[in-house]
Amino acid sequence: MTCKVDLAMMHDSGGPRRVRPMLERLGAKVWDPSKVVLITDHYVPANDEESRAIVRIARDWAAAAGIGHFYDAQGICHVVLPERGHLQPGMFAVGGDSHSPTGGAFAAYMFGIGATEMLGVLVTGEIWLKVPDTIVMQFDGRFGRGVAAKDAMLHLIGRFGMDGGRYQALEYRGDAIRALPMQERMTMCNMAAELGAQVGLIGSDEVTRQYLDRDIEMLESDADAAVLEHHRFDAAALAPQVAAPHSPANARPADEFRDVAIDLAYLGACTGAKLEDLRMAAQVLKGKRAKTRLLVAPASLRDQNAAAQEGTLRALLDAGAELLPNACGMCAGYGEHLMPEGAVAISSTARNFRGRMGAASAQVYLASPYTVAASALAGRIRDPREALA
Amino acid sequence: MRAWVFGNDVDTDVLAPGRYMKLGIEDIARHCFEAVDASFAISVKPGDVVVAGRNFGAGSSREQAVEALKHLGVAALVAESFAGLFYRNALNLGMPAVVCARAGRIRPGDSLKVEVYQGVIENLSSGESLACEPIPAHLVQMVRDGGLLAHLEKRLLQKGASHGSRPQG
Repeated sequence: MTCKVDLAMMHDSGGPRRVRPMLERLGAKVWDPSKVVLITDHYVPANDEESRAIVRIARDWAAAAGIGHFYDAQGICHVVLPERGHLQPGMFAVGGDSHSPTGGAFAAYMFGIGATEMLGVLVTGEIWLKVPDTIVMQFDGRFGRGVAAKDAMLHLIGRFGMDGGRYQALEYRGDAIRALPMQERMTMCNMAAELGAQVGLIGSDEVTRQYLDRDIEMLESDADAAVLEHHRFDAAALAPQVAAPHSPANARPADEFRDVAIDLAYLGACTGAKLEDLRMAAQVLKGKRAKTRLLVAPASLRDQNAAAQEGTLRALLDAGAELLPNACGMCAGYGEHLMPEGAVAISSTARNFRGRMGAASAQVYLASPYTVAASALAGRIRDPREALA
Repeated sequence: MRAWVFGNDVDTDVLAPGRYMKLGIEDIARHCFEAVDASFAISVKPGDVVVAGRNFGAGSSREQAVEALKHLGVAALVAESFAGLFYRNALNLGMPAVVCARAGRIRPGDSLKVEVYQGVIENLSSGESLACEPIPAHLVQMVRDGGLLAHLEKRLLQKGASHGSRPQG
């Protein structure tokens, strides 16, 4: 079926730099500039000629095409978009980035597309969709202390594989999900991408309303809605997870990797450096000192400011953290910091594909912010529950 | 068409590494598959086919992952399954992507004839004929046109022509 698009989000990498030449070739205009949000996050800060050219195209095009919703170097698109109030329950939205399912945390049907398909949306305001089946992941009870949304997702990816979502719609349910703050819900939906789903959805509730700070539609699945698969998990039984190189599907309990020595701990990306993520790391690091190099790239400027105000940032810096720009950065091999040959890192990001964060021989272990912080303290991979005890 | 065979979960970072993404497609293509097979970008010939296992194209939305293969002259992609976003990107760029449950039967270097629209692969090396899922009917014309951009261009031209021929006043 063909659907009308309520919102189209783009960033500097897959956005204007790619779509502007195509729009010019077609002599076409944007169907509705008020429905487009443009965010620079991949090539900021622009430290070389190529990056400056890419960011310049984004700025020029935003002005020329009349894109009012333009956020320049304010943070990562998936975090900035809801933080500036552009998402609401019931929306049908596309994003020019694979982590666009993050928007599903707000009960918006949001998925990632490539630049050429984005061109189609910009010209027609529409996109085709195969009506998905629903796969329910239900977490009953409560997650334990030191266990986060990231652990739940690594566990799911480890169990079902990177194509477990079969490009269908995931829906997260259960008391443990309802008890998660908004940004933790965003992590659940963000990593629907690594589970191979088209979208990851969570019904809207009071937590959603409070975050958006306005009246919203309360949406949840009908009790009798058809479901392809329904999986149930005991949240309390879930242990912190770590995914070994080079796939998020290599996830096992963190304790199984105990004593793997690391050179670097990284808190970054839309997946792992939102305010809630920084808070988790700070809980572990407060008053202590990291043994390894610890890099922190807060996911948005607003989150960084909030973290500074409440003392979270201070706790990280006092533990030895180096602060990096509010951008995608190292997570995707962009920016100034890339991993050298043979380096070993533990990272709160979503993907540890071979060579993604630097050299092909670099080893990246994925984990929650708690686990990254606890491992930074020990210089070795650690279950964070010891440090929190 | 010579087959290049890779495993499961071939990711977009291996096809178009992030650190080269700021560059043009010629430079990105030079590093295609570099992390797993440095010989690929040097040795692949126009008309060759890339064959993979499950979840081909996992990861990013960057369509340079497809464009790099296209730039190197790869004529078709065959896999047991594709990552949904990569599959859409491939077809949108006019790159035939064929789902073949028995893709695992194909060996590196096999000579293949991929009948994209008939949904069959003839393996000339083994003599085997492998059934595939056809490209979805509503996307066939777009792929035949060479991708979404060319398809939209054609549609806009036709629309312009029909508007232009309408009697005025």
